[in-house]
Amino acid sequence: ERGRGKRERKRGRKRGRGKRERKRGRKRGRGKRERKRGRKRGRGKRERKRGKCCRLPSPSPCCFSSEQESPDEQEENELEKLKEAVDDRKKLISTLRGKPLPMTRKLQTLRESQEFVEKYEGAIGKGKGRKLYAYKVMMLKKWMKFQRDFENFKTACIPWEMKIKEIESHFGSSVASYFLFLRWMYGINMILFGLTFGLVMVPEALMGMPYGSMPRKTVPRAEEANAMDFAVLWDFGGYAQYSVLFYGYYNSQRTIGWLKFRMPLSYFLVGVGTVAYSYMVVIRTMARNANEDGGGDNNCFNFSWKMFTSWDYLIGNPETADNKFASITTSFKEAILEEQESRKDDNIHLTRFLRVLANFLVLCCLAGSGYLIYFVVRRSQKFALEGLESHTWWERNEVNMVMSLLGMFCPMLFDVISTLENYHPRIALQWQLGRIFALFLGNLYTFIIALMDEINLKREEEEMVKLNMTIWEAGLYNETVGVNSTTPPIAIHPADIPRGPCWETMVGQEFVRLIVSDTMTTYIMLLIGDFLRAVLVRFLNYCWCWDLEAGFPSYSEFDVSGNVLGLIFNQGMIWMGAFYAPCLPALNVLRLHVSMYLQCWAVMCCNVPQERVFKASGSNNFYMAMLLVILFLSTLPAIYTIVSIPPSFDCGPFSGKSRMFDVIQETLESDFPAWFGKVFSYASNPGLVLPFLLLMVLAIYYLQSTSKSYKQANLELKKKLQTVSHDNHVSAIILCAIPALT
Amino acid sequence: MFYNPYIVFFSCNHPSSTFFPLSRLFYRYRDLAPQLVPLDYTGQPDVRLPYELIGSMPELKDNPFRQRIAEVFSEDGEGNMTLDDFLDMFSVLSEMAPRDLKAYYAFKIYDFNNDDFLCKSDLEKTLNKLTRNELTEEEVRMVCDKVIDEADLDNDGRLSLEDFQHMIVRAPDFLSTFHIRI
Repeated sequence: ERGRGKRERKRGRKRGRGKRERKRGRKRGRGKRERKRGRKRGRGKRERKRGKCCRLPSPSPCCFSSEQESPDEQEENELEKLKEAVDDRKKLISTLRGKPLPMTRKLQTLRESQEFVEKYEGAIGKGKGRKLYAYKVMMLKKWMKFQRDFENFKTACIPWEMKIKEIESHFGSSVASYFLFLRWMYGINMILFGLTFGLVMVPEALMGMPYGSMPRKTVPRAEEANAMDFAVLWDFGGYAQYSVLFYGYYNSQRTIGWLKFRMPLSYFLVGVGTVAYSYMVVIRTMARNANEDGGGDNNCFNFSWKMFTSWDYLIGNPETADNKFASITTSFKEAILEEQESRKDDNIHLTRFLRVLANFLVLCCLAGSGYLIYFVVRRSQKFALEGLESHTWWERNEVNMVMSLLGMFCPMLFDVISTLENYHPRIALQWQLGRIFALFLGNLYTFIIALMDEINLKREEEEMVKLNMTIWEAGLYNETVGVNSTTPPIAIHPADIPRGPCWETMVGQEFVRLIVSDTMTTYIMLLIGDFLRAVLVRFLNYCWCWDLEAGFPSYSEFDVSGNVLGLIFNQGMIWMGAFYAPCLPALNVLRLHVSMYLQCWAVMCCNVPQERVFKASGSNNFYMAMLLVILFLSTLPAIYTIVSIPPSFDCGPFSGKSRMFDVIQETLESDFPAWFGKVFSYASNPGLVLPFLLLMVLAIYYLQSTSKSYKQANLELKKKLQTVSHDNHVSAIILCAIPALT
Repeated sequence: MFYNPYIVFFSCNHPSSTFFPLSRLFYRYRDLAPQLVPLDYTGQPDVRLPYELIGSMPELKDNPFRQRIAEVFSEDGEGNMTLDDFLDMFSVLSEMAPRDLKAYYAFKIYDFNNDDFLCKSDLEKTLNKLTRNELTEEEVRMVCDKVIDEADLDNDGRLSLEDFQHMIVRAPDFLSTFHIRI
């Protein structure tokens, strides 16, 4: 065998064929030949084709045949070569877009390759399974065409593209990044809305018991008088409370309607699914951004990046361009200054003291705002006990207004305090964002703690109500019939039956009210702070002593980081409350829709481009990371309440169960075969779960250590690159010096 | 009707069919000079729009590098663009183009003397265009020296394509700024 291979090589065979011989290993080849000689049909076909073989203009001419090879092998070689050539062309077609060739060359190459592929594709499959091959090829082509059309369609469906383009051309890419983020959030909320609307609200509305058939679905007699008032509806009480919008309306019947739709199971799974989907989307986007970043080397290409990536090609407006030129010049001058002189702190002790003082003031602010919220929530509980009607509008909506106002004014306070600190603008921005983040987080958690107090109160109330109800029922029977008769139960209108308190609906209502008031505050501040200010500056300028447009107050700039944080926190509230108020995603979709139009208009009408553009961080992942943290922190309270607090006995899809997740157990027992339940109970055995967790921890450790070693290897390669270039330089110098020496 | 310029060109997959771009980009191209550009491209006419028309597009008119962009993407190297060149330009500058492709064309744009290297004079011209000549000569020289220091790997005093690509693919802002939306 080896001998024949050598002879092949010596005869100057094409390398391809020699390789194939070596790869096939003589035995297999011979085996095939033996097999084929047996089959009549096969030989017949091949006989027929040998005539055509020489006409195929394959890259290797088919006339070079070794005397040792049989015609079968020859045929096979040709087909394989042809197949390789066609595959190469196909690969070329798919990668053609990414090649830096002029368009005419690309088109020419594309047409040539397509012609080649079309001509010879059919010929390849003629050996075996030709029809299957042709079918596969045709399906592949159809699939690719479908993919292309779908991509085009998807691009056509993207909303607000022109609006964002206008903003980009006027304000540059950093302001536009807020609107791109808003649009992305809108997409996520649409999906959440689809889930909650389609799988929770619609089935209950269509197939569940209608309004008025049960106590939980009816407005109580006492509230009926003003259940339709606008004020009550705006507060999400009255008819709005006893509808599919809130948790309390849903019935705990295991299946509803002729479809046997499992309502409680669906409610639970949608709740879990919204969180899981959000995690998946955020992490996927972070991974994609991380890939694009290419693992930033932050400081070693400072000037190069300034030179080649500071001009924003999206700018299409002369005023913005002027601004951009000015900011680029300033940025270069600053960088040159930093490069030339080392930063001498005149008085490092003073700076340090001022920074400590500033942080202390900020901590006081945060503590103060937390206490204020707690105080206000307790006060509102007192008001609720006394009955809401006896209080003014402010007292009724105190909590929401206080939270929104704190969110508006504290950041400004932080801004003022940060002038004490004297940091580089980028670092100052990061501190500012960190503080605002802490503020919002503190406020949110104080709110939740206060809410937990209310929940506990309601649960105590529940015990009392249960007792009262039994007494009331007994009293009802005793009144109308004798003690020992067996008459059918009395028909009482559901509105009159006393019902238990529903802490879940209360929680849902609180979140909805918070979001509504937050939205209103944002819009009003936008109109006053931006629009009214712009109007005043423009029209009072004619009759004012100093130039309003150039000095104070001038037009406002669009605050990218503040707006992005506001968006992130609102989304956190949605995630927190969506389990108790299925209407929240719908509300949020509406809110984002209106925000998009309102803010696009406000930005174009009242704002001016920023003078100095400092992004909080180079990578896009900064805001994504914040979103992930908020997602985690907002699902914690919801999960805690689901796992540890028993559901209300008189409202919601889980009424009557001891814990909300019991619905899963119930489903496993009644809807799945017995062995499934057994398997599940084995799988959830701690003896199995703990080793699994341990395995995952080990996997994470392993992946982390491999990634560390890759980074290390990367650094070494970089160093090597530099030393090699240095060596080249040195040898170039030596080479140049030699003739000088001689 | 919106489209993705990066894939519009390859939407016809049969080699013998005529190329007829029914996309918004084509109408933008035609709007620049309706009397020169025919509606029917089946004969693949040789129509070339002069640089002045391209440079006056709203997307390009404020860009200090518009002349270089037009020169790089045009066939004749003078900035007069055919429809193919026009499509090429916007597809490379669109969101979907891969990073390496963009880096390649960015290099060519900043290479003012077309010698396949970014030498000191190229860098100086780039900087002056970026700052509209507001920096002093001393400052310009300093910045160009720093750039060559940072990015020149093979130490020949100028940036080759490899040096440039090595530096630019790590830039966090590159993809978002080297982008024109149309």
